[in-house]
Amino acid sequence: MVLEDLVKIKERYLAQRKKFTFRVCLAAGCVSANSEAVKEALEKAVAEAGLQNDVEVRGVGCLKLCCGGPLVAVDPLNVIYQKVTPADAPALVAALNGAEPPVAKVDLAHPYFAKQLNVVLENSGIVDPDDIESYIAHEGYRALRDALRELSPADVIAIVTKSGLRGRGGAGYPTGLKWATVAKTKSARKFVICNADEGDPGAFMDRSVLESDPHRVIEGMIIAAYAVGAEQGYIYVRAEYPLAIKRLQNAIRQARQLGLLGSGIFESPFSFNIEIRIGAGAFVCGEETALIASIAGRRGRPRPRPPYPAEYGLFGHPTLINNVETFANIPPIIRNGPEWFARIGTEKSKGTKVFALAGQVKHTGLIEVPMGITLREIVEEMGGGAPDGKRVKAVQTGGPSGGCVPASELDTPVDYESLTRLGSIMGSGGMIVMDETTRMVDVARFFVEFCMDESCGKCAPCRAGTVQMYNLLTKIRDGRATLQDLQTLEELCEVVKNTSLCGLGQTAPNPVLSTLRFFRDEYLALLKDHPAQQHQSA
Amino acid sequence: MAAKTLTINGQLISAEEDQTVLAAARDAGIEIPTLCHLEGLPDVGACRLCLVEIVGWPRLVPACVTKVAEGMEVYTDTERLRKYRRAILELIFAERNHVCSVCVSNGNCELQNLAMKLGMDHVRFEYRHPNLDVDVSHRLFGMDHNRCILCTRCVRVCWYVECAGTKNVAGRGVNSRIITDMNQPWAEAETCTNCGKCVQGCPTGALFYKGATVAEMERDRSKLEFIVTAREKKQWLV
Ligand SMILES: Cc1cc2nc3c(=O)[nH]c(=O)nc-3n(C[C@H](O)[C@H](O)[C@H](O)COP(=O)(O)O)c2cc1C
Ligand code: SF4
Ligand code: SF4
Ligand code: FES
Repeated sequence: MVLEDLVKIKERYLAQRKKFTFRVCLAAGCVSANSEAVKEALEKAVAEAGLQNDVEVRGVGCLKLCCGGPLVAVDPLNVIYQKVTPADAPALVAALNGAEPPVAKVDLAHPYFAKQLNVVLENSGIVDPDDIESYIAHEGYRALRDALRELSPADVIAIVTKSGLRGRGGAGYPTGLKWATVAKTKSARKFVICNADEGDPGAFMDRSVLESDPHRVIEGMIIAAYAVGAEQGYIYVRAEYPLAIKRLQNAIRQARQLGLLGSGIFESPFSFNIEIRIGAGAFVCGEETALIASIAGRRGRPRPRPPYPAEYGLFGHPTLINNVETFANIPPIIRNGPEWFARIGTEKSKGTKVFALAGQVKHTGLIEVPMGITLREIVEEMGGGAPDGKRVKAVQTGGPSGGCVPASELDTPVDYESLTRLGSIMGSGGMIVMDETTRMVDVARFFVEFCMDESCGKCAPCRAGTVQMYNLLTKIRDGRATLQDLQTLEELCEVVKNTSLCGLGQTAPNPVLSTLRFFRDEYLALLKDHPAQQHQSA
Repeated sequence: MAAKTLTINGQLISAEEDQTVLAAARDAGIEIPTLCHLEGLPDVGACRLCLVEIVGWPRLVPACVTKVAEGMEVYTDTERLRKYRRAILELIFAERNHVCSVCVSNGNCELQNLAMKLGMDHVRFEYRHPNLDVDVSHRLFGMDHNRCILCTRCVRVCWYVECAGTKNVAGRGVNSRIITDMNQPWAEAETCTNCGKCVQGCPTGALFYKGATVAEMERDRSKLEFIVTAREKKQWLV
């Protein structure tokens, strides 16, 4: 494979394009709403109308407005139909020459779409995730070719550093710096790992990327491997994502067939292979040291850092570990240049972020927005606010490690530092909107229960502390607690946060601390000794 | 070997290059409380009692796995650390059933000793009082899960000193349990060599010699140290 081959594939693919294309979303959300049957019905309807030569029916990844699934987009009419049933298929085919079908259209001018900026999801809903040629036709593997043939590993790292990209797995560690650290280590063997364990409740960004555009992640990983000098990569996917696993397996096989994985990629001396490892459903296995232990066949328990994986990782060798979305940002950064990427976002948070917008909000689904957009724009304009005329009360970001931002702070820009200042975190992209009927003690208790169940049990403060936090929250919820219990809860949160071994325990108190910070009255009102009233009279 | 100089609680000390903060402190006669650490075993940093403050580091770190560095400024006994350590002990006491008065290790227990030393005189949390098994199937030893603090010393002794690999951890979070082989009764664990090193390593009354009654269980760590010293330093010191 050389550049000319890539161009040839692209030209051939584009030449074969038909006059019309139905793009049927086959990501997990729409599949669960029966979109596979819709695709079959469309194929049948096209055949019955004798239009096979004019109309292509293509399965694609996420079309983003998951609450409207099954979604079908039509090119070049520039419409997306929602809640399509197999019975609608003949009408949709008939509508190709301009007739109005009796099927609801998605309002593409709505802020939900208009405010999105698609970098990571640029191909999502457009390319066929099961066809590498479809990806290549959309500039796929071009960045890899340019990196291998025109840039040195140091150049690649310089570009990533200059782009300002930060890790999308939650902590926001500068990606270029991490790559440089692994590149500097002297070791005959190094590894690159893609963290696709995505365990936050309500989060499905990484799954969508893998289901919609798996080659983008693979391309990002190969470029990373070239930059740090690794020959073997692993993608660690949770077993709950069978569709993502299937598409990845298929994508890896196709990349191998074209020589984009294996030895001498793009006729350079560089070789790289990727294997998939399937996680067995523990949230803590998303923590990097636990994940590495799990790949090595050991129990998925975190270990103290330092040493960091960059220095001492898989099988004791230097290991680069990045999140799915982090890798997915790499090809466009190489293709368009670091300056292009750095122009998007804020001073310290560059680029875009994918969120899974969920909860009590009118429009739910996958959104990709530039960093620096305010929570209000996301929740009220894009999401359309809370349904049934209710008021939005808070927005939860960062899942069990994050916190609740109250409605009064909705003008906060979405960037790493601003969210941290409010006691929440950017997290990996879960965003749950809560309306006025939500009780914040219940929210805190829900997340603490999650952490308690998912604690690996290695270190004492997290194992024994999250249980006590849960007990105290239950006591408060049930109206059995006193002011003293609340004080004990706060002291306990401080201990668990500061003494736990890994990020799970260290952040488990965040949902409690942030709801206590902004919604303390709700806790006080539940106490047996009614300090709320006492406070007011004092 | 190059030496490093650092200060611990303001006291200037010198340490070997590869030493942990814990080892350097102990060499200098500075006590740091520990539970999961046992001389001769690989450390896991799990009990979090040995956490110390290092000036300029963003988080507290476990002394047992943190290597010394030149010019490091360590504090081992601040008010904050004492508060956290007491809270962790309270959590451990509330987690299972630590009723010292009826325990084989009463008077010889590391958990009990630490609680006294660190002034943990009451528990703010609700005792969970789980009803856990006592495995007395083995001919020589018993395991009382009610007293186990999940320090994994027995597991590490079994894997790294005896190399039998009988003991392991199963389950997660608060449901974690020490198991033998494939979670069988100890007597049926075929890999167990009956060496008893796990019993020697246990800090509490969880592992005991059969026949020991209240407060009778004393441990002889010198055997473990003898083996590890022999293996690592090639010195047969009795
Ligand atoms: C309990 C826990 C769970 C985590 N789960 C994930 C996860 O599912 N996916 C992920 O990418 N990172 C997860 N992380 C963060 C990883 O440890 C690691 O920081 C990340 O994969 C680094 O990639 P990045 O620099 O690209 O963000 C988790 C961390 C903790 C403490
Ligand atoms: S903080 Fe929790 S999950 Fe992390 S090592 Fe400790 S017990 Fe395990
Ligand atoms: S049995 Fe003893 S040595 Fe083993 S984990 Fe429990 S307390 Fe520690
Ligand atoms: S002795 Fe260091 S963490 Fe237990």
